[in-house]
Amino acid sequence: MANSDTPLLDELEKGRWPSFVKDIKQAAQKSPMAEDLLRQLELSYKDKIGHWKHGGIVGVKGYGAGVIGRYSDRPDLFPNVQAFHTMRVNHPTGWFYKTDTLRKLCDIWDKHGSSLTNMHGATGDVILLGTKTEHLQPCFNDLSDAGFDLGGSGSALRTPSACVGPARCEWACIDSLDICYNLTMTYQDQIHRPMFPYKFKIKVSACANDCVASIARSDFSIIGTWKGDILIDQKEALAYASTIDIQKEVCDLCPTRCMEWNGKELKIWNEDCTRCMHCINLMPKALRPGKEKGATILVGGKAPIVQGALLSWVIVPFMKLEPPYTELKDLIERIQDWWDENGKSRERLGELITRLGMRVFLKAVGLPAVPQMVKAPRTNPYVFFWPEDIKKEVK
Amino acid sequence: MAKTDIGPPDYKTMLPPVIERNYGKWLYHEILQPGVLVHIAQSGEALYSVRAGSPRLVSTDHIREICDIAEKYCDGYLRFTSRHNIEFLLDNKDKIEPLIDELKSRGYPVGGTGHAVTNIVHTQGWVHCHTPATDASGPVKALMDEIYDYFTTMKLPNHVRISLACCLNMCGAIHCSDIAILGIHRTVPKTDNTRVPNVCEIPSTVASCPTGAIRGDMKNKTLTVNDEKCMYCGNCYTVCPAMPIADPDNDGISIWVGGKVSNARSAPKFSKLAIPFLPNNPPRWPEVVDAVKNILEVYASHARKHERVGEWIERVGWERFFSLTGIPFTDQHIDDFDLAVDTFRTSTQFKWR
Repeated sequence: MANSDTPLLDELEKGRWPSFVKDIKQAAQKSPMAEDLLRQLELSYKDKIGHWKHGGIVGVKGYGAGVIGRYSDRPDLFPNVQAFHTMRVNHPTGWFYKTDTLRKLCDIWDKHGSSLTNMHGATGDVILLGTKTEHLQPCFNDLSDAGFDLGGSGSALRTPSACVGPARCEWACIDSLDICYNLTMTYQDQIHRPMFPYKFKIKVSACANDCVASIARSDFSIIGTWKGDILIDQKEALAYASTIDIQKEVCDLCPTRCMEWNGKELKIWNEDCTRCMHCINLMPKALRPGKEKGATILVGGKAPIVQGALLSWVIVPFMKLEPPYTELKDLIERIQDWWDENGKSRERLGELITRLGMRVFLKAVGLPAVPQMVKAPRTNPYVFFWPEDIKKEVK
Repeated sequence: MAKTDIGPPDYKTMLPPVIERNYGKWLYHEILQPGVLVHIAQSGEALYSVRAGSPRLVSTDHIREICDIAEKYCDGYLRFTSRHNIEFLLDNKDKIEPLIDELKSRGYPVGGTGHAVTNIVHTQGWVHCHTPATDASGPVKALMDEIYDYFTTMKLPNHVRISLACCLNMCGAIHCSDIAILGIHRTVPKTDNTRVPNVCEIPSTVASCPTGAIRGDMKNKTLTVNDEKCMYCGNCYTVCPAMPIADPDNDGISIWVGGKVSNARSAPKFSKLAIPFLPNNPPRWPEVVDAVKNILEVYASHARKHERVGEWIERVGWERFFSLTGIPFTDQHIDDFDLAVDTFRTSTQFKWR
């Protein structure tokens, strides 16, 4: 057998977990781009360094987003990936597919690109991994004809994403899919034409289990919740007693200790419940979210760059969310206007609020201060007052 | 001219009929076996989801193979999860076992449900990124080979969400994971003074530095870096290509633990630093694989049922975490960025180990 060109990567074809190296090799059978990608990656494994240069400005007509420019720093060795740009294709909400749709996507990408993809990228898009500059527009044309569109990139609204929601989940307190799709369609301009100080992410989870990590990685987090009592089916609760230790596994792990199991009946002091989902997660047949459903709105979540990672902060404890979502969109737009007006270049919403103060933010977007917004009131005495709170004339 | 701003295909056209009929009317679900969920609707109808692992970086032919399988067993309906798993959606219970058999025979791991390790969310790494401090797909593949059985079984105290980002930009926001694997640089960027004037905007590069380590040298139209202040985040390089930061001898991986996103029981929390540095050792990153496996197994044998990694550590204390895992505690573990003092102990209550 001839010696392989890629002895290091070949090691990663071994083992039980599916191998990305096999996929690159499969694509390399038909795409010279994928073949050079494989060889360049082998060089990275040897050199312990990446071999991609900064992206240049490339794109498709009418859009400023959706394409990430990428160039090899060794075009002398790997001419087929001299330019190897990513296209982000907005996924169907909830990542649901019929196979004919996926096959269309594959055919287009075999025609125009490397035959390699990510299903999916971190933000949610289908990532079409690498093509040449001259293929971008024809590829987009074919994608558009087949009913696809590009997602966001750069200082734009990034492709919103949502958990599986009411399509499959009994815990969904909001229609995360419809909200996400509606916002995506409403804000096409913001997704495709970067117009903000930096990226802006919206993610929708239909309950507090937060399957799309909305609280950790979106500037605007929408998380389903409810008001009123958890619905209990006592017969089903009793049935769970044969498989789990209800007092120990459910009641004792409740963060507010608002539940009690006497061996026959589950009692919940609902006024103390903080709707964390633990009991419902463990006993889905017996317990269901309360009847009045809506969402908690939080803002500011982000990864570390620039000023450190943030988890989103509660700004609206409860909002009913029903089409056409006017109240929600008004709030998003008021927030984006304030951020756009005040934010510095590459300053995320959470960082701007940190810099200017939650007090200033709340006033600007017209939200009242409520105790649900804080873990505790301030401990320092450095309190600001608004000029209008102070009597002007000294007696 | 192609139509623009048409948005993604409408998800409603992608839903299997059993979902269309029962949308928003699900009653409860059960995990029938690792990788198999059943959701029961008010109508009494059942939806079965069979979950399989994926390398995320997939070829079009691999996607076509997934399509073949979905057409054979699921009338062509499937979805992907937020952690890159594939879910085959069926309403016929009799097709579950043949589907699983076929998946297994083609090398797909079936699992990732309940108290398991599910697929590792990760970034591009050396495959396609310009700022990575490590590869992404490689360490993930090496690690999943080693902890494979935790994907196909449900024997852990709770879910374990493992994520990997190849630099501090953290595409995928791994900072709230049970175990996060993070590529880091450890040396200052090398400013190329001849290129800075042509390719960089000086004010925005200065502003990009979280610690104020970069100053403009307006006379020479370039930038200077205060080595003492630089903590190697690479953000300046993102803004200014003439400040490359990658360093094959010193780049590597750090390990973070105890984060969570779900609100169940305890509040969402950040992952905290467990291991400041492990070397890049391709193709199989043995130091990283061993370190993660060790943390996972210490957690598995010490945590109480339903405790996530972070909840377990908070109950037993960080001093106990370090003694149980045998991970050395260093001055890198003590925060020195903004709000660092919030993490300093302000009581005399602690454990000796």
